[in-house]
Order: sequence, then structure tokens, then C-alpha cells
Amino acid sequence: MSVTNERREVVKGDALEKGDPVVEPVVVVRYSTAARINHWLTAGGFVLLALSGFALFHPSLYWLTGLFGGGQWTRTIHPWFGVFLFLGFTGLFLRFWRVNLWSPADGSWLKNIHTFLAGDEDKMPEVGRFNFAQKAVFWWMGILILIMIGTGVVIWEQYFGAYTTVEQKRVAVLVHSLGAIVMVCILIVHIYGAVWARGTMTAMVKGKVSGGWAFKHHRMWLRQLARSEKTNHVRTPTGTPAE
Amino acid sequence: MFPPLPNPTTAPTPPRFGDQDLIRRSASTVTPPAKRQTEVAKLIDVSKCIGCKACQSACLQWNDMVEEVGVNVGVYDNPHDLTPASFTLMRFTEWENPETKNLEWLIRKDGCMHCEDPGCLKACPAPGAIVQYSNGIVDFVHDNCIGCGYCVKGCPFDIPRISKVDNKAYKCTLCSDRVAVGQGPACAKACPTQAIVFGTKDDMKQWADGRIKDLKSRGFKNAGLYDPPGVGGTHVMYVLHHADKPEIYAGLPNNPRISPLVEIWKGVAKYAGFAAIGAMAAVTVVHGIFSGASRVSPHDEEKAKEMAEKPPAGENA
Repeated sequence: MSVTNERREVVKGDALEKGDPVVEPVVVVRYSTAARINHWLTAGGFVLLALSGFALFHPSLYWLTGLFGGGQWTRTIHPWFGVFLFLGFTGLFLRFWRVNLWSPADGSWLKNIHTFLAGDEDKMPEVGRFNFAQKAVFWWMGILILIMIGTGVVIWEQYFGAYTTVEQKRVAVLVHSLGAIVMVCILIVHIYGAVWARGTMTAMVKGKVSGGWAFKHHRMWLRQLARSEKTNHVRTPTGTPAE
Repeated sequence: MFPPLPNPTTAPTPPRFGDQDLIRRSASTVTPPAKRQTEVAKLIDVSKCIGCKACQSACLQWNDMVEEVGVNVGVYDNPHDLTPASFTLMRFTEWENPETKNLEWLIRKDGCMHCEDPGCLKACPAPGAIVQYSNGIVDFVHDNCIGCGYCVKGCPFDIPRISKVDNKAYKCTLCSDRVAVGQGPACAKACPTQAIVFGTKDDMKQWADGRIKDLKSRGFKNAGLYDPPGVGGTHVMYVLHHADKPEIYAGLPNNPRISPLVEIWKGVAKYAGFAAIGAMAAVTVVHGIFSGASRVSPHDEEKAKEMAEKPPAGENA
């Protein structure tokens, strides 16, 4: 694949507006193929889990059971989707927990979150591989998935019904339904963030972002990549890895 | 003696109640019938029960169920708990009366109480899997049951059991199929001492009054009727010799009600949940409209190129 083609793919519709001067952009590798497969399997699991869960959440959504072959099948398969999501997220967790650790810069980022939301990201502290909001999504999803699989097992009547009291099941089912709501809210923020910051989708779809995207949103990370002698994650328009 | 129900006619008769008589239907709404049928009830007089388990046998036989051969662990309860096959169970308690120092053998026939406000029906997510007829009978419709076990969580009496064979919930039907053709429940029919009688709820209360007077005259000063108001009353009632402490009868709840956890789960949690998701979606839409997309500028690209070509020296990576 030639560099020129890469540029067009990565930047198209994202970085360049009509009439903008054409800058041959730097291409930065953000996610490995394995990481992207891991992410999208997890995302697919989440969607199936949410659809089958909503079917049992409220009678007005019971028709969603039709997607899974009826009520009995929905009840059967929902917990297995949960196991799938749990394993998928475990993979993401092992991949990304280090780069999601808290850093002092996150504190000052959070204090200026209004600036970020207003779109003045240049005035924000420099961000490494992930910003505070991304880290928050990561950790809250992790915590909630643990809560959901824990409470989910308690109410998995078919295999685990005998191991808990009715009162424990009542607590579990209430926590499970509230946890699901919070998870869907976080998912909305997650998807919105990826759409709002143009050029982000390509990171998870193609694994690459433009240098400008990295400079704008994750400058510290780009700086580190550029400085690193071993990496070939940053490709200049001439096709040679940055040195 | 309570007059037994007459033997049924051999001529086919149309059912006395059906779908047109539903007053509640799980996960759906029904238009209640203009006229409510006479409420029925089963009265279980614990003081007259001899523990013969004829009711259990009759129940299994009528419902065409076979209970697994169990094991003896030194108690009379057989099986050890309600099961998907055994909709009713004699629970035996040996209780020492602290006032008289007498050992009393308390035998309670456990099973669905057919609550006026059924927790199972409230919890059920499957439309029409649990129904309540205007005569008070709460019935499971197995074609609609999905086996989730929510009814187990909704029930204040721990009655429904989920079958491992077909993953559907089972419990006493109050022999709705028999009642529909003018017969009483199979357990009442089989009871040799009339500890179980069946009729209209008013008649049963009246009959219970007589029994309670009799028990009081024999020294059971706390004898009374168990028709708990916390669930709106029940269509299976007990005459208890110690109605002031129902819990001594193998844990019969003192003041049963639908658990507040279930009320929250099936009430405010649903609306709060939809509201939260809707609000979150609305916030993102509003932000998207007013803030616009965050776009990378050509200036950013230039800066990135500069950084890539001439990485800042001197700092540790």
C-alpha cells in the first residue's frame, strides 16, 4: 500500500475540508489488528447483550425477543452473551489497563473539562495515549462488567438458581437492571465521543490516525512516539519511520 | 361438617371462567370484565390436619406429575421442598409451646396462596405468562413462560419452582381446570378430615369463624384466620391455632408483602432507567448541535509532521 493511498484513506472526510491546503499528513498507528478485532467482538457482544436485556427490562420492549427466537431463547442466550462480553472485555483490559492508569495530568484535565467540551482542546493540558474521559469509560465499564457478571450469575436461574437465597436474587436483579442502565449511558458517551472527535473512527476501524489527529487530541503520546527510536508507528509522507 | 361439593355431571359443560374474566395479565394490560366473578378461596384448617399427605398425592395425580423417589433425612417432609412437580407440600414442625410446655405438632400444607396482589405476576416480564382471574385464581400459562425465574423473586411466599426439564415455572393452579367446571381442588376432594375446604371466599371466612370459635373454646386463645392484608388478602387461607405467630408454622411470613426491592425494580427503576438513557442521548445531541464536531485542522497536520520529522531532543521517552 502506498503512502499516498494511506493518506487519502486516513484523512478523507476527517481532517480535510474542501479548500484546505493539502498537507501530506503523518500516519500514526493507534491500534493493532488484534486489538481492533478484540474491540469489535466486545462491541458486538455488548449490542446483543443490550438488545436481549432490554427485551426483558420492560414489557414495551418484549418484542425484541423476536430477534433471538422468542422469549425462551432470549432468556437462554442473554447470559451467554454476558460471558462473551466479559471475556472480550477481559482481553481489552489486559491490553490497555497500563495506559489507562491515572496520571496527575488527568486531574488538571478534569478541572478544565468545560474547555474540552467547548472544543478548545488546544488550551487543555497535553494528553498521553488516553485522556481522562477515555480512562473513565475504561474503568467504569470494567467495574460495571464485574458487577453485571456477578449479579448476572446470581440470577442465572438455569445453572445457579440453587446457590442463593430469594432475597439475594432480589438484590442482584435490581442491581443488574440499574447497572445495565449505567452501562448503556456510558456506551452512549463512548460512541458520541468517537463520532464527535472526527477522525477517531478510523483509529478503531483501520487502526491508524492522521498525525494531526494525534497532535490535537494526544500530543504527549505523539511526542513520545516521535521520540522513540525503536518505533515505526509514525510514518512521515516520505515513507520512512520517524527517527 | 362442611357440605362437600357435589359430584360433577358427566355431561360436558362450558368452562365457568376464561380469558374474558382476566383482571390482571403479566407484562400487559387487560380490560377488566364489567362484573367480577364471586371470589373463591381454599381454607386450610391446620388444626384439623393429620399429616396424611393425601392432598399431595391427589395433587400429583390430578396434575399428572411424578415426583422423584427421595431420600429420608429424618424428617417427615417428603419431598424436602416444593418442586416443579409437587405444587403442594406438608411441612411438619415440632414446636414446644412455652406456656403449656406441650409439644405441638404443627402441620402446614404449603403452596401458592393466590394473592389478591400477586408478586409473581408483578415481576413477570413475559406477556400473559401469569394471569389472574376475577374469581381470584392466579395461574401460570406455560406457553408464554420463558423460565427466567422472576416470579420466584416476586413471590413473598417462595412458591414458584422452575423445571429443569422444560425451563418453565410451576405452582399450584388452585385446580383452575376443575374449578372451571364446578369442582373443587383435588387436594380438598382428597382430604379425609376436611382440613381443606373450598368455596366462595365469604363462605370460607364464615366457616373459619366457626372453627376459630371452637378452637378458642378449647383453650387456643390466639386462634385466628391467616388472610394477610399486605398482599391484599389471599385466596388460600389458613386457620391457625397460634395466629399471633404464623412464623412457627415452618416459616409462614408474619406480614407478607411484595418485597420493596421488587417494587423498586418493577416500578421506579424502569422509568428512571429510560429517563437516564434518554437524558444521556439528549445531552449528546445538544452538545453536538451547539459545540459542533471537533475537527483536525491542516495546522495540526503540519505541526504533527514537524514533530515527526524533528522529534524534540533531550527529553526521555
